[in-house]
Amino acid sequence: MTQQLVLAAASDAMKGGEATAFWILAPIAVLCAIGMVAARNAVHSALFLVVTMMCLGVFYIVQAGPFIGFAQIIVYTGAIMMLFLFVLMLVGRDASDSLIETLRGQRMAAIILGIGFAGLVGTGLFRALGTVDSVGLASANSKRGGNVQGLAELLFTRYVFAFEVTSALLITAAVGAMLLAHIERRKEDRKTQVELMRERFAPGSYPAPKPGPGVFATSDSVATPAKLPDGTPTDRSVFKILPTRELTSAEAAPKGTEK
Amino acid sequence: MLAAGSLDQFGHDPWWLVLVKIVGIFAFLVVMTLFTIWYERRVVAYMQHRPGPNRNGPFGLLQSLADGLKLGLKEEIIPKMADKVVYFIAPVISATCAFTAFAVMPLGPSVSWFGHHSPIQLTDVPVAVLLILACSSMGVYGVVLAGWASGSTYPLLGGLRSSAQMISYEVAMGLSIVAVFVESGSMSTSEIVDAQAHGNAINLFGWHTTGPSWYAILLIPSFLIYFVSAVGETNRAPFDLPEAESELVGGFHTEYSSFKFAMFFLAEYINMVTVSGLCTTLFLGGWRAPAPITTVWAGANSGWWPVLWFTIKVLLLLFVFVWLRGTLPRLRYDQFMRFGWKALIPINLVWILVLSGLRTLQRASLETNIKLFIAAAVIVVLGAVWVLWPAKEKPATPTGLEGLDPAGRVGGAEGFPVPPLNLEVPPSPRAPRLTAEREPVPVGSAGGDSSATEQEGR
Repeated sequence: MTQQLVLAAASDAMKGGEATAFWILAPIAVLCAIGMVAARNAVHSALFLVVTMMCLGVFYIVQAGPFIGFAQIIVYTGAIMMLFLFVLMLVGRDASDSLIETLRGQRMAAIILGIGFAGLVGTGLFRALGTVDSVGLASANSKRGGNVQGLAELLFTRYVFAFEVTSALLITAAVGAMLLAHIERRKEDRKTQVELMRERFAPGSYPAPKPGPGVFATSDSVATPAKLPDGTPTDRSVFKILPTRELTSAEAAPKGTEK
Repeated sequence: MLAAGSLDQFGHDPWWLVLVKIVGIFAFLVVMTLFTIWYERRVVAYMQHRPGPNRNGPFGLLQSLADGLKLGLKEEIIPKMADKVVYFIAPVISATCAFTAFAVMPLGPSVSWFGHHSPIQLTDVPVAVLLILACSSMGVYGVVLAGWASGSTYPLLGGLRSSAQMISYEVAMGLSIVAVFVESGSMSTSEIVDAQAHGNAINLFGWHTTGPSWYAILLIPSFLIYFVSAVGETNRAPFDLPEAESELVGGFHTEYSSFKFAMFFLAEYINMVTVSGLCTTLFLGGWRAPAPITTVWAGANSGWWPVLWFTIKVLLLLFVFVWLRGTLPRLRYDQFMRFGWKALIPINLVWILVLSGLRTLQRASLETNIKLFIAAAVIVVLGAVWVLWPAKEKPATPTGLEGLDPAGRVGGAEGFPVPPLNLEVPPSPRAPRLTAEREPVPVGSAGGDSSATEQEGR
């Protein structure tokens, strides 16, 4: 299978399975990329990006790079986008971007510049790659006995310094972000249970749980305010959402006891 | 070590054979799911001294089939607040990823399929194990999106829990597999099985023997870590926090019903079968029959018999899953996370380091005695460091009633009264009266006398 992949990628024209995969997945990837920008809901946007990334992963695999393809799927879609989704879910499902322009004409300018940039990059790439065949792909893949082995050799011999420096940088960044975000109170500054209790019973705060609806009341309706021990009704016991209304004497009378 | 070019036997199947294999895997997984549900209920029932399902079919075997049919025919309820599209996609993602992962599972050697020779495995790629990891990481999306799209609190909490849990335990799982890659020199499942076919020849001071071939024995730390993280990855007890029924109703699938719920159910059980199958492939010699069978019966590893050995090994691993469920209470979430990040991953990294060191030493062109000397020196140095490492002194914290006011109040005489911390029965309020009524007992008198005096006093 690998060798077929290598051969398929190495030959100059796309054909067979590679072409089929490309023409099915490429439109999906592009549509989802557009959908990612256009979607109102942040989670939908993230999901479109996931589909685009998965399509890219499959393209890598078809291009005789199975390791990088699966790494793309595991690392980018499996871990990084999952963290994005995690944060989006914490923010809330109904949070969507406000569409009010803060800079006038910003959206129009962005669209024009974006299309222009895409055209520039597209034509440049087309001119550069249109007549170029992949050279030495098969030999590079088979040199060390496989794609993975070849990558491993390059990473751990020629690029080992860059690799280690990058990982050190990423770890430093992660630890730094954690230190900046993490607040650790000193033991002396932390409120003890005694202090919390003193605050709770201090004048001005109500220590007990709020009275439930219908407590000490003449009716069991949730709209009936509870009475405090001194006999005054308290509004705290009635939900804000309930309309205020007075019960008529017929409504307030005990039911089912007419005999 | 490897069978030369064993990956070349894949990718030459005609289309009908690929179709047959796909249908076969699908049927295998669905039947395994139905069987596993029955198996789990029977085993748990046995552990709890009750019969379990025993009405439908022989030994109740058809119970899960009946349950599945009933589940499929139930009414479908979609919550009003649900995000319809995502709500629909989530179970599909879960089930699809669960099925896809099994595509690279080696079930047996090359056999004749209607005259066409091909292995009992759908396909294999040089990075097949990564495909399984990718499928399990995509499967998380099903769970998370189900939680989010339900538009309800408990599923959302379950989804958040599960995304954190599955990402954390995937790291431990991936690291535990690294040792297998190092030892077998391959990431393809069929080559890993081949690498476990024969034990390495060991020469210990002139005594020749064959070492164990299973990586479960050679790489026992990796095996244990893999299994623990597999339990976490499949959301099974004692790590079933995303669907903790005593805390979150049903977790991420609370709002799901009918066939969509059945898809989640199916995905959960297929994931169990997949991680057990991967465990068998990576650590327990794959489809190869264990040693006593092969010595008695030479043909055990050829033909269709390997599917039987594979299934038996998977069922034994599933038994452990059920056993854990029947035995252990659920972990608290912070304990669970601490265990994953602060125990499993560091131990794993140290183990990979040790293993790589050993491998480098083995390959080095040195004499055996010098190699052993180096290994011994490393062990002695590490042992010395461990013994001589300055112990951390714990500050003495007052225990019991030492930190308390004599009156039993926290925070001095004006503090708050607390119940007795030493479980002593507090003195009865009537005690002073009784003591006052009682006549003073002469000190030093005999026990019998004192009781007599007491009675007289009353």
